[in-house]
Amino acid sequence: MDRFVAIRLTVNGEPVEARVDARLHLVDFLREQLDLTGSHVGCEHGVCGACTIRVNGEIVRGCLMLAAQCDGAEVWTIEGLTETGEIAALQEAFVARNALQCGFCTPGMLVAAAELLRREPRPSRERIRDWLGGNYCRCTGYHAIVDAVEQAAAALHGAPAE
Amino acid sequence: MKPAPFAYLRARSLAEAFDALDRHGEEARLLAGGQSLIPALNLRLATPAVLVDINGLAGLAGIALQGGVVRIGALTRHAALEASEIVARHLPLLAEAVPQIAHPAIRSRGTLGGSIALADPAAELPACALALDATIVAMGRAGERRIAARDFFRGLYQTDLQPGELVAAVEFPVQPPERRGCVLELARRQGDYAIVGLAAAATVQGDGALRDPRLVFFGVGPTPVRAAAAEAALAGAGGVAAAQAALERDLDPPADLHGPPQFRRHLARVLLGRAAARLLG
Amino acid sequence: MTGSPLSEIDRPNSYIGRSVPRPNARRLVAGRGAYVDDLRLPRMAHVAFLRSPHAHARILAIHAEEARRAPGVIRVVTGRELAAHCTPWVGVLHHLKGLKSAPQHAMAVDRACWQGEPVCAVVARSRAEAEDAAALIRVDWEELPAVTDMETALDPATPVIHPDLGDNLAFRREHVGGDPDAAFADPEAVVVEATFHTGRHTGVCLEGRSILADWNPAEERLTVYQSTQAPHMMQTVFARHLGLREGQVRVVCKDVGGSYGIKVHVYPDEVATAALSKMLGRPVKFVADRIEGMVSDIHARDHRLRARAAVRRDGTLLAMEVDDLTGIGPYSVYPRTSAVEGNQVVNLCGGPYVLKGYRAKTTVVFQNKTPTCQYRAVGHPIATAVTEGLVDLAAEAIGMDPAEIRRRNLIPDDAYPCTSLSGMRFEALSHHKCLARLLEMMDYERLRAEQAELRKHGIHRGIGLACFIELTNPSPFMYGIGGARISAMDGATVRLDPDGSLAVASGVTEQGQGTEAILAQIAATAVGVPVERVRVVTGDTEVTPYGGGTWASRGAGIGGEAMLQAGLALKEGILAVAGAMLQARPETLDIRGGVVVDRASGAERLPLEELGRVVYFRGDTLPRDLPRELVATRHWTPKEYPFCFTNGAQASYLEVDVETGFVRLLGHWCVEDCGTVINPMLVEEQIRGGVVQGIGGALFEHCVYSPEGQLLSGSLADYLVPMSGEMPDIHVGHVETPTRESALGAKGAGEAGTAGAPAAVQNAINDALRPFGARVLAQPFTPARILAALGRI
Repeated sequence: MDRFVAIRLTVNGEPVEARVDARLHLVDFLREQLDLTGSHVGCEHGVCGACTIRVNGEIVRGCLMLAAQCDGAEVWTIEGLTETGEIAALQEAFVARNALQCGFCTPGMLVAAAELLRREPRPSRERIRDWLGGNYCRCTGYHAIVDAVEQAAAALHGAPAE
Repeated sequence: MKPAPFAYLRARSLAEAFDALDRHGEEARLLAGGQSLIPALNLRLATPAVLVDINGLAGLAGIALQGGVVRIGALTRHAALEASEIVARHLPLLAEAVPQIAHPAIRSRGTLGGSIALADPAAELPACALALDATIVAMGRAGERRIAARDFFRGLYQTDLQPGELVAAVEFPVQPPERRGCVLELARRQGDYAIVGLAAAATVQGDGALRDPRLVFFGVGPTPVRAAAAEAALAGAGGVAAAQAALERDLDPPADLHGPPQFRRHLARVLLGRAAARLLG
Repeated sequence: MTGSPLSEIDRPNSYIGRSVPRPNARRLVAGRGAYVDDLRLPRMAHVAFLRSPHAHARILAIHAEEARRAPGVIRVVTGRELAAHCTPWVGVLHHLKGLKSAPQHAMAVDRACWQGEPVCAVVARSRAEAEDAAALIRVDWEELPAVTDMETALDPATPVIHPDLGDNLAFRREHVGGDPDAAFADPEAVVVEATFHTGRHTGVCLEGRSILADWNPAEERLTVYQSTQAPHMMQTVFARHLGLREGQVRVVCKDVGGSYGIKVHVYPDEVATAALSKMLGRPVKFVADRIEGMVSDIHARDHRLRARAAVRRDGTLLAMEVDDLTGIGPYSVYPRTSAVEGNQVVNLCGGPYVLKGYRAKTTVVFQNKTPTCQYRAVGHPIATAVTEGLVDLAAEAIGMDPAEIRRRNLIPDDAYPCTSLSGMRFEALSHHKCLARLLEMMDYERLRAEQAELRKHGIHRGIGLACFIELTNPSPFMYGIGGARISAMDGATVRLDPDGSLAVASGVTEQGQGTEAILAQIAATAVGVPVERVRVVTGDTEVTPYGGGTWASRGAGIGGEAMLQAGLALKEGILAVAGAMLQARPETLDIRGGVVVDRASGAERLPLEELGRVVYFRGDTLPRDLPRELVATRHWTPKEYPFCFTNGAQASYLEVDVETGFVRLLGHWCVEDCGTVINPMLVEEQIRGGVVQGIGGALFEHCVYSPEGQLLSGSLADYLVPMSGEMPDIHVGHVETPTRESALGAKGAGEAGTAGAPAAVQNAINDALRPFGARVLAQPFTPARILAALGRI
């Protein structure tokens, strides 16, 4: 038992070994030790969603997991999801619809939205609003974000069934 | 803010977890889903010396139908409850509660046992445990101990868990088809803790009466509150109106940023009316 | 439109008015932003501040020995120690007559005046270690009585926060226009009156305030990477208070994670960070975390307004009177001051209407709470809530439809130019066009019918309208004449590179609203190149033209016009060279799609990359005396009007659950006249974002204080920001009345959404509650307040 913990994990498909301060939360680990600055710190108490990332196939708040807990984990951040092209349709739609302004919420928003589209190919506007209800955006009125997720869903899964 | 320093133990066995709890006593905290504990650490509201991570104890997770009981391991995540066929079929009240907990990225980590052990008075799952007459399975070095939910929640963040014990599982009696339930809550924003919530269950008679009602309010006191007087009134001749009036005796809600005590009392009456309509509907 | 002032932007290949995606958006969706906290410098240290836990307390002693010995600590600096390296400031402007404030230090020296004021700085290897050490500092405090209730701030029995100032009054202004007394005495007048409250709230930029200051002793230069809206203003501030010349300071502003006015002010902890870097001779980073941000970012909109209006039974509005009281914390914020918000309330109330009399007064008082200052749409949402609330009360009193009373009283669209009774000069507004468009978009009559039908079934919906004016593009009359070194002018540089692409730079900054996109569109249009061939640089005092930055919706109107003029100047230079190369008169040539063409036929004559090749590499082939400047810089500042004004109208449709007091937003509409629309897609989401900020204040957001001056809603669990689940779809329409002051004609669109939304929501809720004789006028309109108004709790 120690204040410092050895972890081995994969981040964006690359193996990582690190020794981390036990108190270091996952998003600080990614940002400070791995220079993956695409995940953002917005509140550090689990409300804003700016640090939303994917761990072991599920979306989590990066500020509500400790790096020490990630031994053996598979972590994907905006950087990796961009490189694999997995969320390209969403990114394309966010740009086309101007679903971002300052961009600080955007990586977390994209990771959360990608999970929705993985589960539900054609969510309604209301469903998109509810799903993203834990991701704070101060710049847009959310409307364009909902538009963009709808557009990405259509691009990925075809026109809605009438 | 960053957490104050602490040591971290990834428990590989229950024995290792119990050892750590014995050794460090009040200085140690168990880390399950962490969705309430880690914010408290980040805000330095909690400053344990040692964090004992029990997430690796695979035996503590899982949902099983065992005779008349659904046994749900403490480390079962909210997302797993949400996805469970067993929960949907046999514990529809619980199935209705889970999607109302926070947001997807929280439900992927938060655990049933963590929620029960923390006993946040505004949380859904402790209220569900009460409404469904669940049994909390506590485990210590000496073995398992079963505690009825009604005896488990003692006060604000206070439970019947003894030093050195953890929640291992929660056992919910399978709900018969004629037993209906619902979970209603009023929150300013979807996913927020409820200002007032109600987990309600009752057996619906052919004549439209509600037998053996359970009315468990959350967000209205130091623990989830079973509204005994309202339950009695609801089962009696006075019906819903009498039950709403009886809430005056059952509830003593606090004032907070949302409003004064009478605000919560009023909302509790409204929810009771809506829950009764749902159960009868 | 050939020959009109718009001819240069209304070209066949114009990008003006087109929804071009933002060039920087691709970077941001890929997680490749460069926010201050993403930057790392060699030997960089981190600072954490110990902040006052008390609203008002004297510092008797600071015991920091243990902290100094803590792991990772580089330096612990008290307010007194820092004061030797950093001079205090006073947030006053000369033209706001009588405004007073006390000297404010970067960290409290003898006394802390609000909960959250920085008291002691710990610089350490990591933020976590700095916080560990800060927790070890003990301060001996002597608690002093806290002034928290603005209603009693001026009572003789209330302690004076700054005894040297004599009282707790920061500023007072009364303005009378026309003859309000005669109007209220009109024999036909029906008088309505009410008291309104706007809740104190704050900006909650998702990216906390951030600064990385790097003093290089060898060069004697300070480089500051800062999340700010106004780099040149900050250059002045750092120089002045750290004893440097402005030329020794460079402020670099990369990506900014939201600002909305929050990041246009001088913050004590940020100035302290720069001073600490200078003291230590190494880079020091400070990023405000959410909890300290809630007590140290400026707050705003803490107002109580008593108001009344006189209306005739035929629907003619006669007069309005507003008595505004606002509490601003213990200091007027530097350098823009905390009197501007109240001053704007006086300027803006009643603004859309023809009135015979107007009287408005603002009283600005000190309190021991977080300082307040300008936040998005300064004063507008307050003035609009009061004005539009009064108009609805008047309509109700005489039994007139809210749309009809507005139609009867809005300034006619052909009445311009004109001056309001508050003294605001309007060049050209379009209230009637906007209102008509709004009512058409929302299908007002159908919604009214639906509302009436649903009422029969116990469903209570409301429709709320709000017309508003919006102040943009300030001239030096806003700050400069008061003595602040805040530029009202902005510059733009456009350079043609050898490959035929444009490198452009501007003094206005990108905060995410799309400034760089519209600047690229304007430059591309002015010169005649594809927009993809324009690269934009903003946010660096060293390489951009001098300017004021981004605030008061001045980016498009002022920065955009400078860019247009610079682009046109460059084009003239290019065509002079092209004329020589092609042996044609320049006026017979044009540039389209990056190619010099024959103006009349459009025939392609010379690609810009060929022109660039010749000018840069084979200048020997050009006539000896031919000017060959392929860079142009132009500056622009408004001169005709002190401010530009825009206008618009909003509507909210919502449902009140009268059993629970909960409000469900069903739809929101905004029609806005921001003059020339450069990029409709950007304007629309800018409007929507503003609407949601306005809705936030109307329904959710509130800085609630205890009587002792403790912020009770100090986390995002208690301070409720609007999230997507509760927000409606927001439909935006445009009316375009370009300003004739500039060739571009853009007026700005950043404040409109926030200006009108709270009023629209307020009026819609009260419309829903009308059958119950209930009314709410205190924001936020919480379920508890609505139930109380309904008499149910």
